[in-house]
Amino acid sequence: MTFVLCGVVSVSHYLVVGAVLFTCGVVCMALKRNALGVLMGIELVLNGANINFVAFGSEYLAGDGKSVLGLDGEVMALFVILLAAAEAAVALAITLNFYNNHATVDVDRADDLHG
Amino acid sequence: MNHEAFGLSANLFAFLDWHEFFFLLFAGVACVAAVMVVLSDNVVRMALHLVLSLGATAGLFFLAGAEFVGAMQLMIYVGGTLVLLVFGVMLTAQTQLVALRTPAGDRVIAGILAAALLAVLVQAAFSIESWQKPGQGVATAPTATPLGMALVGVRVDQVAEENLVRPKGGYLLPFEIVSVHLLVVLVGAAYLARAKRRRVPRSVDLVASADSTKPRSPVAASSTLVAGGPK
Repeated sequence: MTFVLCGVVSVSHYLVVGAVLFTCGVVCMALKRNALGVLMGIELVLNGANINFVAFGSEYLAGDGKSVLGLDGEVMALFVILLAAAEAAVALAITLNFYNNHATVDVDRADDLHG
Repeated sequence: MNHEAFGLSANLFAFLDWHEFFFLLFAGVACVAAVMVVLSDNVVRMALHLVLSLGATAGLFFLAGAEFVGAMQLMIYVGGTLVLLVFGVMLTAQTQLVALRTPAGDRVIAGILAAALLAVLVQAAFSIESWQKPGQGVATAPTATPLGMALVGVRVDQVAEENLVRPKGGYLLPFEIVSVHLLVVLVGAAYLARAKRRRVPRSVDLVASADSTKPRSPVAASSTLVAGGPK
């Protein structure tokens, strides 16, 4: 167990988790053909960013007892959560509209503007 | 219980660092579930794995001492946003749409790009000296009150170190902007997603309402749909 974590958890470990979630989200956005899958990728990306905000704002994880962002990191994480909720609501509405019009949620079929 | 075994288990518990243990648990669940979201084709399974990933992320927030953000993550994200997504999945769940497959060539390219991106990000995460220093593990105060005060414009966490006359700015204006933004977005989402009513020209409204059983022209209905609903 101490092979990965020599001692206590540091900010870097949180950044790695955030990086994994971010990468998965980017791949999910690029790869999924289902519009809801693309939405889930966006949620993953925002969560990866959120982990970084919280890690930099945490005094518990700070090496020298003084965090980089302090409370600002947590406030930003709250704003990200709120904006993600708003984004999910409006993106879902667009997806449902698309589904009503085209009877599919395949984003490859959304080529009405194709020249 | 054997005395020796008891001593061994006590040793084991003493050996385990619980913060480390729970960090590894939550981080592992979050990462594995995120990878499963990418790998699974079934959209229902993707939603389930996303719930796991976001829940484990909330656990990571609790471990980092941000218990209010963790609670909000559970309540808004897992309780609100994902319920919204699952509703979307249910509303669009036709059998041929549940599992849309991605071509294998795209998967390979995406895997290579993901590996490159992950390598860059992990290298960046370990590139700064001060980020790698293990945390002091200082006991942190509850953050709900400072967060609430910061959102209404008073930074109680800054008052102690800076002078009281000009404390660092709070977040009242961003809070208001986000509030209005959320309101507008939800109204817009409700407008976009509501059930479409077929629309006929106003002059024939009376006639149409007189015999509403008569089906209207499908051309008019489809043109209304394409135009994105009544203006």
